[in-house]
Amino acid sequence: MGFYEVMAEYRPGDLESFIGKVKPDDVRRVLGKQRLSPWDYLTLLSPVASEFLEDMARKAHEITVRQFGKTILLYTPMYLSDHCVNLCRYCGFNASIDLRRSRLEPEDVDREAAVIAETGLKHILILTGESRTHSSPRYIGDCARRLARYFTSISIEVYPLETDEYADLVSDGVDGLTLYQETYNEALYDSLHLRGPKKNFSFRLNAPERGCRAGMRTVGIGALLGLDVFYRDSFYTGLHAWYLQRSYPEVDISVSFPRMRPHAGSFQPGHPASDREMVQAVTALRLFMPRAGITLSTRETEDFRNNILPLGVTRMSAGSCTQVGGRSRDDANTGQFDISDERSVQEMARDLAARGYQPVYKDWEPLVSLDVA
Amino acid sequence: MDMTVNGKTETVKDGLTLAGYLAERNLNPDSLVVELNLVVVPRDQFTACVLKDGDCLEIVRFVGGG
Amino acid sequence: MTGMTTGDAFEIGGKKLTSRLFTGTGKYSSDTLIPAVIDSSGSQVITVALRRVDIGAETDNVMKHIPKHVVFLPNTSGARNADEAVRIARLARAAGCGNWIKIEVISDSVYLLPDGYETAKATEILAKEGFEVFPYINPDLMVARSLVNAGAAAVMPLGSPIGSNRGLRTREMIRILIDEIPLPIIVDAGIGRPSQACEAMEMGAAACLVNTAISSAGDPVAMAAAFGEAVRAGRKAYLAGPGAVGEKASASSPLTGFLG
Repeated sequence: MGFYEVMAEYRPGDLESFIGKVKPDDVRRVLGKQRLSPWDYLTLLSPVASEFLEDMARKAHEITVRQFGKTILLYTPMYLSDHCVNLCRYCGFNASIDLRRSRLEPEDVDREAAVIAETGLKHILILTGESRTHSSPRYIGDCARRLARYFTSISIEVYPLETDEYADLVSDGVDGLTLYQETYNEALYDSLHLRGPKKNFSFRLNAPERGCRAGMRTVGIGALLGLDVFYRDSFYTGLHAWYLQRSYPEVDISVSFPRMRPHAGSFQPGHPASDREMVQAVTALRLFMPRAGITLSTRETEDFRNNILPLGVTRMSAGSCTQVGGRSRDDANTGQFDISDERSVQEMARDLAARGYQPVYKDWEPLVSLDVA
Repeated sequence: MDMTVNGKTETVKDGLTLAGYLAERNLNPDSLVVELNLVVVPRDQFTACVLKDGDCLEIVRFVGGG
Repeated sequence: MTGMTTGDAFEIGGKKLTSRLFTGTGKYSSDTLIPAVIDSSGSQVITVALRRVDIGAETDNVMKHIPKHVVFLPNTSGARNADEAVRIARLARAAGCGNWIKIEVISDSVYLLPDGYETAKATEILAKEGFEVFPYINPDLMVARSLVNAGAAAVMPLGSPIGSNRGLRTREMIRILIDEIPLPIIVDAGIGRPSQACEAMEMGAAACLVNTAISSAGDPVAMAAAFGEAVRAGRKAYLAGPGAVGEKASASSPLTGFLG
């Protein structure tokens, strides 16, 4: 049974009527439990639970420190290509936007990688838009082999692939997969994705699972908060993570809460998530899945990131840049979204240390040596 | 002929059936399970089962246990 | 005597039971106590072992003492490996008292701890032959997962070593099995007091198997009654859903103060 079938056991109507019946005593009961069921998790995402945010934060902090210590894994994104054939209404790279588009050729990859490697980071996340012409799985695999000379852990955030394509990338040295469903609301998803392969909701939904089966060591999921009602997408994200973890206990599952921030542009999110709701999402997830990784992106401000740091976060991006080749050339293309936290890796490390957290640069190293490019 | 029963050698007359053997030893077949040469003999086969020289019998029953 | 809360059906190994207490029949001063123990506790499942008949000696038959309605759970005690367990299981089934079998593969004579690997092998073979397999194991999540895959009817983790009466020493690991394994978890071995059986049931165990604590009690029949009540109480508590464990947030340095 895939996740699509699991989701069918928790229909939006069921969620709504459950949320409507949550009382403060239900929240207290859930806060006293060691192990939460999906319905307990939903209880923590209810408006009533918002009154208990401090209790949730305290417990989330405690669990995170026990499971992960006071450490934060640092990584950075590297955009390989901004060519994209999809028309996603909320994205800065969508095919209808007139942008200069490019992709990194081998020497560019090296140049960009060298700049990043200087900072000491060992974990890299490589991204592409969706274009099998410009950024085919082979292209991505070749880049990964090249990057394996600079970094010890390579994750990909690219368009959904087939299991055997993920498996090929695993042999090219990719050990992580990140893929955001954007929204788990199928009707809304359909209305947001006007054209292109990304219109296929279930192909995307089942991709993280294909990644698990293909041998990815770590798989990250998430929804773009703001597109749909906060508790719904948070719940389905957590449920998705729970399903993946139970089905593939050997895979490291992590969750991200990328939030749509106000920005200049024609698309405005239908349900912008407040800071309070972000805290609720992160702490509820931590209580529901004590061992899941939780990532906070640079869409969030420096202030917000500093404040939410002790509440369950385990991974943060630093020295981010959403432009293709943005670190190694002056005339780089437009970025995918505005980065709100512009701290360099060094500044991030310093700020983490000041708050009693150890920045971790390397959390994984493959012992099997690869035939690098 | 000679055969082994519960680990001990015994001499019995030729052509003896399993049912006959049990009757001779005053063993009630209803509460027993018998294994002949590592194969379980169903209770309804006890009369038909003819024992041969060199056969190995295990005769067991339920006892108290945890 | 009323068994269980209405609506709490206990279906296991193809049968419907009304008691979640399984009782062992070993180490009794007299087998004649067994029917009284079964009656006072309400237990419907008993374990028995298979042993060689003592030919020529007049020995009592424990079977005479077991009421007709009771379900037999023969064990493979004596088996030191999977092959021996399989052999004993086939013999047990030939007795004609059902197809349930408790797999006990023990090659440790000091603590009587089971061999998970051999147990899993035996489970797979016997499940394919149509047995309802109840494997007895150390509370090991990985072993339990392989038992699920092998087709077991339940998983029986020990609370503490056989005969030790030391209670749920392995409670945290049992809790993990209850949370993670989609099969009935029957706590077996080491339960020494009714309160421990009650605790196992409160945690969410499907049933408890008790032998030594009853057979070695001063008054086994009374102790069996106590265990019957303890298992029922624990199960009721589990179904009622325990209340919140009080935890006060400290007012100083709030973590969410920044939200305003």
